[in-house]
Amino acid sequence: MHTVTRPIIIFLCLCLALLLLFPMVGSAFYTGLVTKIMILSIFTISLDLLIGFTGLVSFGHAAFFGIGAYLLAILFGDLEHINYWWSLTLTLSLTGLAALLVGWLCIRTSGIYFIMLTLAFAQMFFYFFFESPRFGGDDGIFMMNKPEITLATRQLVDLDNEHDFYYFVLAWLVGVYLFLSMILRAPFGHVLIAIKANEQRVRALGYSTPHYKLVSFVIAGTIAGLAGFLEAAHTSFITPAYLGWHESGMAIMMVILGGMGTLFGPVIGTFIVVLLQDFLPNFTEHWKLIMGGIIIFVVLFLPNGIAGLIYSISNRFFSRENSGREG
Amino acid sequence: MSEIILRTEHLCKNFGGLKATDDVSLEFERGKVHAILGPNGAGKTTLINLLSGELLPSSGRILFKGYDITDARPEKVSRIGIGRSFQKTNILPGFSCLQNCWIGAQSCLITSMRFFRPAKHLRMVHRRADHALQLCGLSNKRNQIAGTMSYGEQRQLEIAMMLATEPELLLLDEPLAGMGTEESQQVTALLKELAKEQTLILIEHDMDAVFSLADRITVMVDGAELETGSVEQIRNSQAVQDAYLGHDEEDAA
Ligand SMILES: Nc1ncnc2c1ncn2[C@@H]1O[C@H](COP(=O)(O)OP(=O)(O)OP(=O)(O)O)[C@@H](O)[C@H]1O
Ligand SMILES: [Mg+2]
Repeated sequence: MHTVTRPIIIFLCLCLALLLLFPMVGSAFYTGLVTKIMILSIFTISLDLLIGFTGLVSFGHAAFFGIGAYLLAILFGDLEHINYWWSLTLTLSLTGLAALLVGWLCIRTSGIYFIMLTLAFAQMFFYFFFESPRFGGDDGIFMMNKPEITLATRQLVDLDNEHDFYYFVLAWLVGVYLFLSMILRAPFGHVLIAIKANEQRVRALGYSTPHYKLVSFVIAGTIAGLAGFLEAAHTSFITPAYLGWHESGMAIMMVILGGMGTLFGPVIGTFIVVLLQDFLPNFTEHWKLIMGGIIIFVVLFLPNGIAGLIYSISNRFFSRENSGREG
Repeated sequence: MSEIILRTEHLCKNFGGLKATDDVSLEFERGKVHAILGPNGAGKTTLINLLSGELLPSSGRILFKGYDITDARPEKVSRIGIGRSFQKTNILPGFSCLQNCWIGAQSCLITSMRFFRPAKHLRMVHRRADHALQLCGLSNKRNQIAGTMSYGEQRQLEIAMMLATEPELLLLDEPLAGMGTEESQQVTALLKELAKEQTLILIEHDMDAVFSLADRITVMVDGAELETGSVEQIRNSQAVQDAYLGHDEEDAA
């Protein structure tokens, strides 16, 4: 199932080491950019739980990212002091609740209908924020202050400091990755992966598959809400565009490009897409064309995304280590 | 007469105007092998789908050990001890044999909504999955990806997955279909072995296997029960000859 071989673990540790060292060499601008990418990665990893492991292609996942961000901005945006623990707990529980309601209705359908329904819900949330002057309408909403992370009156992390914020997000990214790895190795994860492969058979073996899909949907939605929370805290500025179908589509693209069903693939996909968006315009004004070409190339020639490529390279060089991974 | 484990009462299933199951009232005795015969399109698979909760009947009742399970969904039916295998191989082709059986075996947990400890530490699940593989003669294939095995082996895995749930009552939809002679003999031997402990409802076209395994036989035609009786009785029944066995010989000829 989701087996991570030793070469992959080494590769991931190297990536982590690079991320740990980066702020010491990178400029403030790039430290901020990588922070943003890591926040987006938390979002795309959560989408991978749905697309890559449960077989639910949600085209409205950005809604939960946006809801998380808006909840923080609306409920706490004009406070002088925002308590991190309290604001995080409230934001995540409410986002999880939203995911429960949307998921409860959506998982009754499958295939194209599931895609359309999740899209419709996301558009509903989009227009809700877009058309409500109280929440800033299409101009968006500002946050005055960042959450304060204190434990017994001692400040643990200063989110106003860009370096601190960077490591704070990195810690969350690693935490989310480890959390999802854990639940995928647990009995719950085995059922999810089997549902993706053949839901009818899993039902016949005694599992109430809709419940498992719903729980997966809620976990993914809550983690997307966490990414939204971090984004709102990072930029202090939220617009309805965060919830749009464009964002959901981009996230799906990052997951597929990076390699779905691998957890680390989507992180790589997010880095590649955002960095290309950043670099390519320096060379040519037709950069979107090149971007499209790259995506077509990957989809055509790397069916399992970049992560698939990494797996096959590692299998070739460390073939003694036979992985039981399937596509 | 021994205990009735499963009973259907006036079971009907309509697909539009087609009566795929037509007023079927059957009794299945505990510990016996009850075979269901019938020409193609007789409604055998539909009956299994009704019993296993895959389809909901249009009317009638299904009672398992006296409990009404007419409206039970497949997962519920599986959990109360009724396992089924599919006529059309229905496995997880991208998974290894062990992983296929693992999913069946893991349903022994009260719930698989367990998020923390890795599943591989569950010894009981390991034992059940291994046992199912061993019964079906797939122990040496445990790490092979199911989709890469021969057709006959996939059919054996189909049965192993069901056995991993350790059912009391087995619904087997043409378990021997498409198997080579040797595999077919192996599986027939396995079914004989299972029949010592469990109750089997067996759909099968292979007459030799049916006559050697079955305690009772029901012949279905056009969704309805034509005749039920002992092997001898069915073998000698004129109605059955006309409706079914006759066809079979014509087909063979
Ligand atoms: N889901 C369905 N929708 C409509 N008609 C169906 C459906 N399933 C089965 N039927 C029809 O019901 C009849 C009985 O089909 P069934 O599959 O139960 O036959 P069977 O006895 O299993 O045949 P076989 O020996 O070919 O497996 C057939 O005429 C079939 O076309
Ligand atoms: Mg059939």
